[in-house]
Amino acid sequence: MITTMHYLVLSLVLFALGVTGMVVRRNFITVLMSLELILNAANINFIAFSRQLGDLTGQVFAVFVITIAAAEAAIGLGIIVALVRLKQTVNLDQVSVMEG
Amino acid sequence: MDFLLVHFAELVFYCLAAIAIAGAVGVIAFRSPVHAALSLLGTFLAIAGLFVLQHAEFLAAVQILVYAGGIMVLFLFVIMLVNVRTIPQEPQYLARLAPVAAGVAIVLAALVGVGLWAAVRGGPVSPAALTAVQGQAAGNTEAVGWSLYRDYLLPFEVVSVVLLVAMIGAIVMGRKEPGREGA
Repeated sequence: MITTMHYLVLSLVLFALGVTGMVVRRNFITVLMSLELILNAANINFIAFSRQLGDLTGQVFAVFVITIAAAEAAIGLGIIVALVRLKQTVNLDQVSVMEG
Repeated sequence: MDFLLVHFAELVFYCLAAIAIAGAVGVIAFRSPVHAALSLLGTFLAIAGLFVLQHAEFLAAVQILVYAGGIMVLFLFVIMLVNVRTIPQEPQYLARLAPVAAGVAIVLAALVGVGLWAAVRGGPVSPAALTAVQGQAAGNTEAVGWSLYRDYLLPFEVVSVVLLVAMIGAIVMGRKEPGREGA
């Protein structure tokens, strides 16, 4: 029997992996991918609780989360392109000043 | 064979969960961004399968269309645009921080987990409510659409404005600056 708890544990593992990726990796592209992992973990929780409570609101919120994730990916990748054009790097350690 | 039939849902769940976690580990572990992106694609597809198991068929379709079809293509395009071969090796000192990072992640996840565990009481109710429109049986897509356009119309419109702003922002950041030489 698969319970809501199983989904929550899976979501926790994905979330922990996403946070680990954001902290450990210095490649901007990989950090953005870790961020997507975290948003997906949140979505699994929304869906699991939607099933648990028999309430569609969780699914509607997951739609919003996916929308925000798409917007975030577009902006983040736009920043990467601008960054490479400006500094020829995607290493976050080399992007420590705000002035171009 | 009986075991397979009786425990079909469990088997599917554990297979999909294993694929999702393996893909997530790959995102962190692979040095090449292309490999990491393809690994992330596996995670997205496995999560779409989990959505189907949870009676969220519409969300599973959206997950595949938007994540696998849209966001991953965007990632791969940018990886190709940015010549990743020229990226230098990541500095060694960060490897020492990895256990600390994992510890912080686990503590954070545990805190969230305790909160969520407190929220889970009793077994799941019948999934009929996830496919019903005003008490009448319909499809999951129909039910989500009904909820989205009736109960959450204003947030829906606000989110569309957010998408527009993100699109304009991405275009502005991606274009060449006319004043900058060699850009």
